[in-house]
Amino acid sequence: MYDLVVIGAGPAGMAAAEVVADHGGTVAVVDAGDQPGGQFHRHRPGEVHGRRLEALYAVAARVDMRYGHRVWTVERAGDRFAVRCVVGQREPASAVVSGRAVLLATGAHDRVVPFPGADLPGVMTAGGAQALLKGGGVVPSGRIVVAGTGVFLLPVAAGLAAAGGRVRGVYEANRPGRRLSSMAGEWGRIAEAGGYASRLVRHRVGFHRGQAVVAAHGRDRLTAVTVARLTANWRVVPGSRRRIECDVLAVGYGFTPQLELAEALGCRLEPGASGDPVVAVSATQRTSVPGVYAAGEVTGVGGASSAELEGRLAGHAVMGVRPPGRLLTGRAQARRFAYRLETAFPVRDGWRSWLTDDTVVCRCESVTWSGVRGAASAGAVDARTVKLLSRAGMGYCQGRVCGYAVNRLVGGDPMSVPVRRPIAQPLPLGLLAEEGEP
Amino acid sequence: MAEERYGIDLLVVGAGVVGAAVAHYAARAGLRVTVVEQAGVASGSTGAGEGNLLVSDKTPGPELDLALLSMRLWTELAQTVPGFEYEAKGGLVVTGDDTGLAALRRLAGAQRAAGVTVTEVADPTDCEPHIRTGLAGGVLYPQDAQLMPALAAARLLDHPFIRLHTGVTVTGPITSRRGRVVGVTTTEGHYSCGNVAICAGAASGRLAAAFGTRLPITPRRGVVLVTAPVPPMIRHKVYTADYVGDVAGDTAALASSPVVEGTPSGPVLIGATRESVGWDRAIPVTALRTLASGAVALFPALAAVPVIRAYAGFRPFSPDHLPVIGPDPELVGLWHATGHEGAGVGLAAATGSLLAQAVTGRTPSLDLTPFRPHRFQEAT
Amino acid sequence: MNEPIRFLCDGEPVDAEPGQTIAAALTAADVWTLRRTRGTGRPRGVFCGMGVCFDCLVTLNGRPDVRSCVERVVAGDEVVTTGVRDV
Repeated sequence: MYDLVVIGAGPAGMAAAEVVADHGGTVAVVDAGDQPGGQFHRHRPGEVHGRRLEALYAVAARVDMRYGHRVWTVERAGDRFAVRCVVGQREPASAVVSGRAVLLATGAHDRVVPFPGADLPGVMTAGGAQALLKGGGVVPSGRIVVAGTGVFLLPVAAGLAAAGGRVRGVYEANRPGRRLSSMAGEWGRIAEAGGYASRLVRHRVGFHRGQAVVAAHGRDRLTAVTVARLTANWRVVPGSRRRIECDVLAVGYGFTPQLELAEALGCRLEPGASGDPVVAVSATQRTSVPGVYAAGEVTGVGGASSAELEGRLAGHAVMGVRPPGRLLTGRAQARRFAYRLETAFPVRDGWRSWLTDDTVVCRCESVTWSGVRGAASAGAVDARTVKLLSRAGMGYCQGRVCGYAVNRLVGGDPMSVPVRRPIAQPLPLGLLAEEGEP
Repeated sequence: MAEERYGIDLLVVGAGVVGAAVAHYAARAGLRVTVVEQAGVASGSTGAGEGNLLVSDKTPGPELDLALLSMRLWTELAQTVPGFEYEAKGGLVVTGDDTGLAALRRLAGAQRAAGVTVTEVADPTDCEPHIRTGLAGGVLYPQDAQLMPALAAARLLDHPFIRLHTGVTVTGPITSRRGRVVGVTTTEGHYSCGNVAICAGAASGRLAAAFGTRLPITPRRGVVLVTAPVPPMIRHKVYTADYVGDVAGDTAALASSPVVEGTPSGPVLIGATRESVGWDRAIPVTALRTLASGAVALFPALAAVPVIRAYAGFRPFSPDHLPVIGPDPELVGLWHATGHEGAGVGLAAATGSLLAQAVTGRTPSLDLTPFRPHRFQEAT
Repeated sequence: MNEPIRFLCDGEPVDAEPGQTIAAALTAADVWTLRRTRGTGRPRGVFCGMGVCFDCLVTLNGRPDVRSCVERVVAGDEVVTTGVRDV
């Protein structure tokens, strides 16, 4: 039994693991992948370059890393927690990792806004394009368009361009200029952003504010997108549509925290900066459930350095050690900054006017906008009842991808987005049948 | 809004499958019906149901009579208001040993005498190619069927005489000086109406209390497992019934495994557990394991199929295992339709039809005496 | 540069760099459709790239529904993109 089981080997999880190990505690870090760093520090196997990545590996060498472990549930058993995992995909097996405390550092994934043609091969999330590049060294051949909203679009576009990708332009739906310059002081803290911008200029990649990809075209794969200028509420400015030939679209509208384990454990959720739910935590990263801590993007999307601070705080709290004051002030600063960044790049509801009747909203079950609308007119009031009447969100991903959009389409309360997924990862029925006592 | 509320003959509380069926048959009888629902259509027990229409699991008696009527009515509804994935797929009950088979035969004999169609199956693999080998035998019930409960509720509510108001929570009755219900108060204002039918599933007991009536309906949790979509491999609703004898004497019962079934959309449903734990939604791993092992024991090929989802729902549990259908013991103009426990979807059509007959002053086509809400008061 | 790893996609040989995921290797090889949806038969490819969306499911060595974006290629792997279980 470990003093702490960390779920997620990203910046938050590894920072917590390091602090607990520093104070003599025992730690296991479970992660679906096979390297430390999470999505942020994703790298090609064997290519451990840079101080930060080396530091992550140094921590990994001091704690028990459980790679290839997908957590399907966390069970409370008296004063301890059983973290139940499916190990591997080729020959799945079960594993239970037990601890007296659990840290949820499960991160976030791209928030998905549907539009016509978005299900075509060649359309991928910004995070997906980034993962292919950083993890696989792959720059898709052909012309690339980057679109959506948020500062994350910049590293994606700059990374692809620097690696030889033919990036035709970045389309940022918001018009962040003025808001961001007022944040100039803090902006410096993510100085990379400036670097990305100049790299884009160097690669002659245009940055277009107030514009979005409102449709994707192609038969069996992407061949073109329609770009349009947007009103303040993100409706298409009449006459502004134009077609751009391209082979790949990387699109991202911010991030959605992975909350299902927190929800299943009964942790209190609260509205984050965008109004969507995040895990509510104390100043030392305690959730409302004793023994359960949360750090990083699950408590509100804030980026890697903020996640690392939160992880360190959680590590101190787990070991009952008073954290250095700079951690607390650093976290407070990071939170304020993250809040301002998140509110500077909102998703406006005008995207709903981009949809056509046959636009796929739920990718798993191929439920279209007219299907969702039909459910709403039959008496569905939120993502859960839409699911029952249309199957949107009932498939493999359990609404992780479409939940945000479905809920917005029927005007549901953002806090009612269904995160209730008692089985957080698919596992073979045969393994479930043989699960042991905690 | 006030005009809209004028002239409601029947106000149904609850847009689950029972409320929808009551509303549907009342509207067909010419009543102007308004359905008020605190959340959305099928957001309670109905949304968590598997859609089992079963006669196979019922022993002869009033509930079986109700089920047989309901089977007939659902078949009709599948023609008149289609679109809820109705499948007359039949149920297959199997057993592993000769004692179980003897008990199953006895039950089937009694059911046949009560009007159930039963066919004995010597080798269950003839009907279900993927079922485990070595079973002692089984009984096929062609009348067992399946539907998608949330869609059924939505389809039944789609009638010109029915208005649906979601997001409305009923808080209590409005009564006349003579003690008749003439309306309800809600979180969204009051409604005037001729009659009120409480069809609030597991919440009916709580709601009845707000109307001054004691209705001992409590939540009984069920958990259902859902697999990833697979090509059709299970044809019937399949479960095991094994004889469990009480060593001490003459009491005997059939203990059944979870029902395993395919769906038109691909996933296999496995359900359900029965636990009285109040309104607790947290699903214990033991419940999931029980369902999984029951399913794999019946269909070994399912072992490799991933489970992608599990959900909990709350059945309206009635202490004598019979539904509650009929007029309120005290309040004139108040009606109840609840307490179906795990059979609410199956029994909804008959429940709706019979209650609509009662509300409109006709003689119900099936005697409602065994289901009368008075019975709990008589017992105390 | 490490020796490439060879695997099969729908019977055709594909070369991957060591450590690449199946999805990354197929993207590099300009293979975009990884499966077709049941019912509508629409093509799907890499979308989330991090194991969340299940769009990139392939059949790997006879095992259906494997997320290709998080599974690293092993020499000799046989990948089928048509989807065996997901008919």
